[in-house]
Amino acid sequence: MSEAVTEMISRDQQRPVDKAASVNVPRRLRNLELVLVLFASAINGGALYLVQLGAIGAFDSSFFLPAMGLAVLVLGMHVALRFIAPHADPFILPIATLLNGLGIAGIYRLDLAYGVAGWESVAVRQVVWTGLAIAVAITVLVMLRNHRVLQRYRYSAMFVGLLLLLLPMLPLIGREINGARVWIGIGSFSFQPGEIAKIALAVFFAGYLVTARDSLSMVGAKFLGMRFPRVRDLGPILVIWAAAMAVLVFQRDLGTSLLYFGLFVVMIYVATGRLSWVLLGLLLFVGGAMAAAQLGYVGGRLNAWLTPFDQSVYDAQGGSYQLVTGLFGLAHGGLIGTGLGQGMPNVTPLANSDFIIASLGEELGLAGVFAILALYLLFVSRGFRIGFAGQDDFGKLLSIGLSFVVALQVFIVIGGVTRVIPLTGLTTPFMAAGGSSLLANWIIAAVLLRLSDTVRNQPRVVVQ
Amino acid sequence: MNRELKRVSGVVLLMFLALFVSTTAIQVFQADNLRQDDRNRRALLESYSTERGQILVDGQAIAQSQPAEDQYKFQRTYAAGDLYSAVTGYFTLGQGSSGLEDALNNELSGTANTQFLDGINRLITGQDPKGASVELTIDPAAQQAAFDALGNNSGAVVAIAPKTGAILAMVSKRSYDPNLLAVHDPDQVLSAYRSLESDPAEPLQNRAIAGDLNPPGSVFKLVVTAAALESGEYTPDSTFPNPPTFTLPGTESVVTNSGEGACGSQETVTLSDALRLSCNIPFSELGISMGDGTIRDMAEQFGFNQSVDVPMASTPSVYPTDDLGDAETALTAFGQQNVRATPLQIAMVSAGIANGGDVMRPTLVESVLAPDLREIRGLDPSVFGSPIGEDTAATLTQLMVNNVENGVASNARIGGVSVAGKTGTAENGTGEPYSLWFTGFAPADDPEVAVAVVVENGGGQGQSGRGNTLAAPIAKRVLEAVLNK
Repeated sequence: MSEAVTEMISRDQQRPVDKAASVNVPRRLRNLELVLVLFASAINGGALYLVQLGAIGAFDSSFFLPAMGLAVLVLGMHVALRFIAPHADPFILPIATLLNGLGIAGIYRLDLAYGVAGWESVAVRQVVWTGLAIAVAITVLVMLRNHRVLQRYRYSAMFVGLLLLLLPMLPLIGREINGARVWIGIGSFSFQPGEIAKIALAVFFAGYLVTARDSLSMVGAKFLGMRFPRVRDLGPILVIWAAAMAVLVFQRDLGTSLLYFGLFVVMIYVATGRLSWVLLGLLLFVGGAMAAAQLGYVGGRLNAWLTPFDQSVYDAQGGSYQLVTGLFGLAHGGLIGTGLGQGMPNVTPLANSDFIIASLGEELGLAGVFAILALYLLFVSRGFRIGFAGQDDFGKLLSIGLSFVVALQVFIVIGGVTRVIPLTGLTTPFMAAGGSSLLANWIIAAVLLRLSDTVRNQPRVVVQ
Repeated sequence: MNRELKRVSGVVLLMFLALFVSTTAIQVFQADNLRQDDRNRRALLESYSTERGQILVDGQAIAQSQPAEDQYKFQRTYAAGDLYSAVTGYFTLGQGSSGLEDALNNELSGTANTQFLDGINRLITGQDPKGASVELTIDPAAQQAAFDALGNNSGAVVAIAPKTGAILAMVSKRSYDPNLLAVHDPDQVLSAYRSLESDPAEPLQNRAIAGDLNPPGSVFKLVVTAAALESGEYTPDSTFPNPPTFTLPGTESVVTNSGEGACGSQETVTLSDALRLSCNIPFSELGISMGDGTIRDMAEQFGFNQSVDVPMASTPSVYPTDDLGDAETALTAFGQQNVRATPLQIAMVSAGIANGGDVMRPTLVESVLAPDLREIRGLDPSVFGSPIGEDTAATLTQLMVNNVENGVASNARIGGVSVAGKTGTAENGTGEPYSLWFTGFAPADDPEVAVAVVVENGGGQGQSGRGNTLAAPIAKRVLEAVLNK
């Protein structure tokens, strides 16, 4: 057992000493959360105000007030937490609020540039979706009083997750947008079920791995100085790999495929402690992706990543035009940015979804990008903290899975925009325009809040 | 499980570290390169929404940016668009620019390196970015005179102050109104551009420094005479055989003088008379005996075969660079065959002679002024080249004065002022209208202005117009406009 963990346990064991103070702990946590939520809402309001001043030169209450109405909903969630999860982590809600609000400001800024208003306005729809997502998050908190219930539904979760993943491949309701078939739509309403699927799959992986970890930890042949799993235990990883490859080939969505597979590999590693699973997973995915690179679009993405400034790549259909234009935007922002409302993020295609970070990076500069990345990092670290401190393996695995999926998604999309990895279509959690993504991430926030409440709330005598 | 989680935390930390590094690389270290990429529309758009500096003539703005109500914040307007179109050029949003608007874009938009600190200062103090203003060397009276005198002709005028190289007038006709291209609606810009481009009068060509160059004809004899005198082997009194026709060596082509006869009534003709009467045959003979190399050397020292930045880049005037046979050399000696010249180049020849043999580097820019009126750059006269010595220059001046007072450039005479000049009537091929030239300077004893005029398409008179009848009067009005100040 490592030092950090030993230290944590010893700290935990000291806790009963200040038992008297612990009565006030939840209130202190919630008060801290209240202050932070108010602070985040103030920043969000300031950002919207600056966008209006920068882009139209005047204050316009017709969007400002409804958008700030979200602050009321967030406060409602805060109040709900006081009653149903008083021990929950005090940072998760303010971070989600702030990221969501900055995203709305960025999307609203683009709407002003595009000259759209009313229901045409992406920002208006984003506000409505945010409201809905927060309401759903509160509902999840109310309904889900004990996260262990989820373990019982692991196979249902698997079924739901796979169904959601495969829905877009169905005729009639499946929709292809910007080359990726990851949407379902009825009338003018469209939804990306894969976003919700990631929660269901995290629940399934956590539940399944808790029960199967012992057999999965059994070792077979030794190769390259590493003990590899037995061949008969390879079933699950091959199934998940096949599903990821199906997403890659049939839905043409490298990002989603990488996200699910990465999630599974990390969770199986944490559950079994076998590095060989990671190696195996990497080999399987890289091999599969290279085979898929023979498909036009993956090869094109690789070219656009490696030589984006090459004129022929730049001009190609599905080439590097968007990526390069995004880079120009970030460069235009420089260290401190052009100021909200004063840049030209609308020059970049898809500036309000995949490229929201380039839009905000242009107007807030490197300083703003660092702040946003730091917020994500803090969010993920709060989730991992639950994983470190959790008492049941299912809760630990679930919180690690959910936080890691956020981290991986941030890495895939922002890394794609900034040329760390090839660009793939994924939404930036909490920020990018899109209802399904908002809904999914607010549910993740709600589940993490529930898990953190359980961790702090329960006596420490449970065997680690 | 916590040991694994620690490792995963490390991986997540590395992932975020990669993002911190990549965004820093893009927004700090590569930012300058990315900003300078030609494909970066933001840099372009940004340059449109800064207050572009003014272009000034005698303190009056001929091009300026005025506040506009649309997303670009400023509207470029040209106070006397047609009059200065050859100087200012045009400035469009994203569809190119020309003239000084293009050549001085960095200064006008405030992105020149010399304005970097000003930019930082304004960023910190919160002022809107603003470009530098450019004061021109143009003399508005000379510009107006040249513009009016050219009238509806297709052609161009360039006037230069010989001692400094300051360009006093630059007119190209047909002119156009750059305001038509400064509108913000891209469709309007495009349709205006297309109609200007398809106009048979080719208004977008700046004939003063570029365009389809004209053969210089007899004005090129100044360069040939300069080469002859500078060689030391010839004087104005050197004589040449004076036949009424001259068959080019090795061909059956025949050269005649413009008067269809001998050059004067003598058996031989002096160089001085040949220039005064602008006869072709003696110059053919001179050219053949000097050889094309000598002529080319002199022409290139005056600026042929190279581009000059005024600061717009001129199209190089041409003296053929391949070795020429005698027949071709004979034709180039009176500015035909493949010799081509811009009025700027011909004005530089006159200005060099006027300035005792030193050609000053021609420029339109008197000074570049920062928004706080501090001078960033001033006029710094420099010698472009010294093709001839003072003696040769004095002799040539004498010959050119004689040319105006007693020769074929009589229409350039100005009462009370001695004018030096040379005409040219260049052929463009069988049946094609002539290109009519005049170049000269005044006053001959203390030159203030050198001028070159070209009138294309025979000035509407086919092959019957002459340099003296059509080009010389235009030059005279420009010279008068400068001298009467």
